[in-house]
Formats: sequence, structure tokens, C-alpha cells
Amino acid sequence: MATYLELSGHENITNWRRFLRGRFFSLSALLLPMFLIALWWLASARGWLPEQILPEPTYVLQTGRDMIASGELLYHAAVSLRRVIFGFAIGAVLGLALGIAMGLSARFEDYVKPTFLAFAQIPTLGWIPLLMLLVGIEETLKIIIIAKGALVPITLNTFSGIRSVPGKYVEVGKALRFSRWQTLRLIVLPGAIPSIFTGIRYGLTHAWTSLVGVELLASSEGLGYLLVWGRQMFWLDTVIIAMIVIGLIGFAMDKGLNGSEVFIQRWKKEGL
Amino acid sequence: MAAETSTRLVRIRRGLALPLLLLVAWEASGRLDLMDPRFLPAIEDVVRTAKREIIDNGLTGQLGASLLRNIAGFLIGCALGVSFGTLVAVTRLGDRLIMPTFNGLKQISLLAWIPLISVWFGFAEQAKVVFVALAAFIPIALNTYDGIKDAPAELVEVGRALRFRPWQRITKIYLPSALPTIATGIHLGLIYSWLATIGAEYFLAVGPGIGGLVIAGRERFDMALVMVGVIILGLVGFALNRLAGAAEARLLRWRA
Repeated sequence: MATYLELSGHENITNWRRFLRGRFFSLSALLLPMFLIALWWLASARGWLPEQILPEPTYVLQTGRDMIASGELLYHAAVSLRRVIFGFAIGAVLGLALGIAMGLSARFEDYVKPTFLAFAQIPTLGWIPLLMLLVGIEETLKIIIIAKGALVPITLNTFSGIRSVPGKYVEVGKALRFSRWQTLRLIVLPGAIPSIFTGIRYGLTHAWTSLVGVELLASSEGLGYLLVWGRQMFWLDTVIIAMIVIGLIGFAMDKGLNGSEVFIQRWKKEGL
Repeated sequence: MAAETSTRLVRIRRGLALPLLLLVAWEASGRLDLMDPRFLPAIEDVVRTAKREIIDNGLTGQLGASLLRNIAGFLIGCALGVSFGTLVAVTRLGDRLIMPTFNGLKQISLLAWIPLISVWFGFAEQAKVVFVALAAFIPIALNTYDGIKDAPAELVEVGRALRFRPWQRITKIYLPSALPTIATGIHLGLIYSWLATIGAEYFLAVGPGIGGLVIAGRERFDMALVMVGVIILGLVGFALNRLAGAAEARLLRWRA
């Protein structure tokens, strides 16, 4: 009821209140983490849980600082990032090519898609042991697994994006006597871009998850290795730091792609 | 009609071409010794291994163990996810207090939780079920939350006009209108929980399960066994996906 009264006048007061409320709520997002950290600190300070199960937050912070200062954290993060960039680039190029080919040619789709879908059914994690036998546990394995993780969503979304371009648009291209390349570049690809971007975003997320999986199973460096190693040594502080960095990088990559998506599709807004 | 069936036949024929070609190449490489059989065992070897595992080594039991922990984890994650998503979405405090933390935590790639979970819950059944439940929980909670947030304002208004109690509002308005989104979440949750089952069995390798079988095959350099395991992983994933799709369609039938 109060909201109706407020709306009837006193614009300034309402705005001021809204401002305060906005401030409170953006701060309130931090309340739970702060509470959890306080609880965590209390639990470890009072010794409710042994240190191997829950190290003190200050201790974790200290480990994080040390690992940054010694360059260890940066080193492992760089190794992981390099793997993801290579694997993702290969998977993205292959996925785009495969998706475009299947999208443009019904014949190619008929021949390839059922087999592709059958292979896609086997989860990335399933491929790891098989590929370990085939290519060993070196860099090649990681790149292939990450590429596979990126490939599947990019292929499928590119395909469905191209198929969703209305036939009418292609007709227009025909009427304008566009060449095949012009049709592809000016009509089909712009129409498919939103879906392709969805695929690339999923692809990057999958690539990152696959990286963690493959590094957990077979690696002597990288963030996933840091997790395993910390686990084996019962250094939970290292494990927690590695988890945080994995989360932060995943978040940053997703945000970065989101930004580039908005940038590339800015014509959309201008057009409307 | 006839034209339709004939195009379908053409599509089926084309779809089978590549798998057949691969099978022929596989068989040929076995006959002609093109590949090291350690890397690519002959088709008979794989079939023989499958038979041996099913009859002598209790493959079905392993599969049962995997499925059981998959379903147990999924059900727990599903129940928690729907209730968490609902509670957070309908209460403003929950929305403001809890959602940002949840959004932060979900950034951590799922598999990265395994070491921590293994410290807290050990390597046995409990840890695996916890991990599978977490995998199902995240997409289901997220989709439930989104679905309820997207409930049409008019419907919410009707609930208010009829003086529904909070509980009635949830069961009569929010949940039904969020059902399609929740169904998507459950579908995703089912897929993720299977991935998590495999992951849990790989990394927390204690006890029976298909994932453990694959890892054992790798350690013994038994490619045939790995292949059998991987094919089963794919088939189960496929079946679960189909099941979820069918359940989704059935659940949403009333909306059509």
C-alpha cells in the first residue's frame, strides 16, 4: 500500500529512498559472503573442524598471496589458459566449418549429422581415458579434449542458426542476383550470428570445464593439477585458491564474450 | 506421402553410410594389421570383451551401481534445486542476499569441486552422491529461479486479488507458470548428473561403476574394455536424454 502513497507525490523522497534501497541491496549482496567468511573464521579459530578439513581464511589468504608473489599461481593459470586458447580455437574453427557445411548442404547434413550426434552423445569425460591410450598424456591429449568440448555446442548452434534464417531472405538475395559468397556473407551468416554466439559461449564454457577434467586426470601443471596436488598433500588452502582462480577465469571469459557479442551485434540496435 | 517416405529412406541411407564406412575401415584394419591392435582392437575383440564383462564380471551390476548413484544424486539435487530456486525467487530478501553468492559460486567449474568434496566426504558412496546432487542442483535451481522471476505480473496480481496465502501462491501460480523453465532445468540437471556420475567415478575411484571400469581398462591398457565402457557411457547418456525429453513433453502436455 505504501508504494501507492509514495507515487502520488514527493518525487524526490521516493527517488532518495530508491537510491538508498539500491545502495542497501547492492551491499546486501555482500552480507551472505561476509557472514559465511565470519562463520568460517570462527569455526577454524575455535577449532570446530580440524585444519586439514577447513584451514583458516587468513591462512588461505596468505597462501594466495605467497602463490602470487612466487609466480606459481600465474604460471599454472597461464599453462591452463594456453591450453584452453589452443584447444578452443581448434574446436571453434572445426565447429564453425562443420556447422556451416551442415547448415548449407542438406546432403552433407544427411551424411554427417547422425554420426556426429552419435559421437556427441559420449561425454567429453568419456573420451579422456580412450584418448590417453591413443595419444598419451601429453599436451596433445589436452588440446584434443578441449577442442572436442568446444566443438559440439559450436557445431550444433551454428547449424541451427543457419537453418533458422528465413527462406524469404535468401529469396531476396536471389532476386538481387547475389553470388553464393555474397548470400553467405550478407544474408546467411548475419542471420545466424546470434545462435553462433550462443554456441561459442557454450563452447568456451565446455572448453573450460573439459580443461579442468583433463588436468585433474592427467597433468603435471595447470590449475587442475594444482587441485589434485593440493588434495593429495591435504593443502586445502591451495585447493581453495585454485578453485577461486578457476571460477574467476571462467567468469572473466564469459563476461568478455558477452561484451564482444554486444559489440559485434551493435548494428542490431541501430537497425531498430 | 510416397515422396515423403522415399526422402526419409534416402536420409536413412545417407545417415548409415558414414558409420558403415567406419566399421568397414575398422574391420579392414584389423584384418590387414594396419593398426596396432593395442590401439585399435578388432571388432570381435570388443564384442568378446563386452560378453566377458557382462557374463563373467558383472557388468550389469556395475551399470546398476552407476545408475543408482546417478538417480539418488539427481533426486536430491532436484528436490533441493526446486525448493531453493523457489524460495530465493519469491522472497525479496533471499533474492538480494543469497542470489549473488550463488551466482558467484556457480562460476566455479563443476569438476573443480571434486577435490574439496573428497576431503569433506571421503571417497565412498556419500561423496559421489553429494557431487552428483550438486551437479543437478545448479541448473535446476537456476532455471526454477528464472522461471518464477518470469511469472507474468497479471497472474501474480490475480493471486494477490484472491488473497492467496504464500503457499497457495507458490503452488497455484508461481510453480505452474514456471514449469516449462523448470522442466528445461531438470533436463539439464539429468544430463549434468550423468556427467558428474562419470566424473565422480573417475576421481573418487572406490567401489563399482562404469567410470571405474573405464579407468581400470586404461590402467591395464585394455583398449577393448575402455571402448566397451565408453560406448555404455554414451548409450546411458543418450537414454537419459531421451527420457528427459519424453518426460518434459508429457509434463507440459496441458499447455498445448
